[in-house]
Amino acid sequence: MNPAPPPLLRRLGEAHRRPVAFTLDGQPATALEGDTLLTAILTNASALRLSEFGDGPRAGFCLMGACQDCWVWTEAGTRLRACGTPVTAGLRIMTKEAPWPSLG
Amino acid sequence: MAQPRVTIVGAGPAGTRAAELLVAAGLHPLLVDEAADNGGQIYRRQPAGFRRPPAALYGTEAGRATALHASFDALRGRIEHWPESLAWNLRDGVLHVLRGERSHALPFDALILATGATDRLIPLPGWTLPGVFTLGGAQIALKAQACAIGRRVAFLGSGPLLYLVAAQYAKAGAEVAAVLDTAPAGARWRALPLMAARPALLAKGAALLARLRRAGVPVHRGVTPLRLCPDASGARLGGIAFRQADGREAVLDCDASGLGWHLRAETQLAGLAGCGFDFDRASRQWLPRIDADGRSEVPGLYMAGDGVRLLGADGAEIAGRLAALAVLRDLGFAPPAGADPAALRRRRQAMDRFRRGLAIAFPWPAQLVAGLPDETLVCRCEAITAGELRRSAGALDAPEVNRAKAFSRVGMGRCQGRMCGLAGAEILAAARGVPVEEVGRLRGQAPVKPLPVAALREEEA
Repeated sequence: MNPAPPPLLRRLGEAHRRPVAFTLDGQPATALEGDTLLTAILTNASALRLSEFGDGPRAGFCLMGACQDCWVWTEAGTRLRACGTPVTAGLRIMTKEAPWPSLG
Repeated sequence: MAQPRVTIVGAGPAGTRAAELLVAAGLHPLLVDEAADNGGQIYRRQPAGFRRPPAALYGTEAGRATALHASFDALRGRIEHWPESLAWNLRDGVLHVLRGERSHALPFDALILATGATDRLIPLPGWTLPGVFTLGGAQIALKAQACAIGRRVAFLGSGPLLYLVAAQYAKAGAEVAAVLDTAPAGARWRALPLMAARPALLAKGAALLARLRRAGVPVHRGVTPLRLCPDASGARLGGIAFRQADGREAVLDCDASGLGWHLRAETQLAGLAGCGFDFDRASRQWLPRIDADGRSEVPGLYMAGDGVRLLGADGAEIAGRLAALAVLRDLGFAPPAGADPAALRRRRQAMDRFRRGLAIAFPWPAQLVAGLPDETLVCRCEAITAGELRRSAGALDAPEVNRAKAFSRVGMGRCQGRMCGLAGAEILAAARGVPVEEVGRLRGQAPVKPLPVAALREEEA
């Protein structure tokens, strides 16, 4: 098995914040209070999602809610825009494959 | 007299100043904004629990940022503030806003759109690789999250934000691989007569360059970017291939890049409302038609800030005040004491000269866009190539961008052309052999951003 690629984002400060535990593709992961979901994922991993059109991984782009390229899915099938959603304890996020969305 | 219903969309510099003036005149406006807190993008506030002081976040603009935030804090309780709320449609005098899980249909007597701008982008080959972000996105990562977008970051594009963000990264301790500016070195000198309208801003620009020089950041001018190259894994950015001004090709080693060529006004709500648009030659984009104070051609609809004229944050503050004064006059309210619209308009004129100067100093490389290789993904949403767009221009004979969208789906994805629309128009125009204004303006559709179908089941007034 290949070692996991290094995370994309690099923290430059504000490291005093309390840790937040969440789950990323089934594995335990840690973020910091005040992180967006995008920051939480990309300080642990190198991508947020796979393009639905088969052209490879994506890791967000505009960070201001305009490009819609940072959608991630929870294990329960809820879609979240990672750049504008704060990370919360216990979130279970999938980046490798999208579950079928809940229709309820 | 009953309180008129006045709504503002956008809590950045324009929206905040508009709200402040309306409150001073005795009104109680509703302010709708997508973000969790006020400030817009440029003066975005860091989340609770972050400790960096304003000087670290906003640099030379710290005074303006804290003044704007203080003004907004003083408005709390005197305006109705709907944060994390999306204005997703505007038609027949009704604004539709998603708040929480519910959509609300909101009629209004006056509506001020202060919707701001996003980066103007060029869909370079490889621009969808992880590690490639917009310049604005790179700045937000730093300002609002205390993160660099990578370990070795390159900035590519043109315009003042290119140098500002690079300098902010260097100051924050990130490794900046280089600044790659597509503007030729001599362009700045030709722009000087216009840019002299704002000497203080020119001085700030020079100070940014000096800081980059002290930090040892290479600055390459007149570059032609060729592609954003993947690293050995193929799954993220590894470098930028470009041609230098002297014609030599080089690859800059980096694992992240911020891209941007000035700004693109966010005009979709104005379009849905039926506003007229004019082609602005300086910024090569279609902008809503307004009078000197921000009145549109649609009764009751006003606009202010970068969403209608790309003058930057201080220009937006002035425009927000002017639009609010226009609303007060049209609704029959006296302006607050000390309001001086004539002085505001004069100040904005100097800003408009400077803006035209910037467009000369840091030109949009239309030729580069027009010549992008056929295999380039123009539409990030649905992975549609420049070649497919050219086919809609040629074999399918689409004369303008909306027909080309119907044929190729470029601009039809979930970003609605925010990322690819302006570049797509250049590609189409070049393929048709006509000036870009002749291929028209990409029309948006409601909802302007995706929203859950469930939100529409029972729309509330």
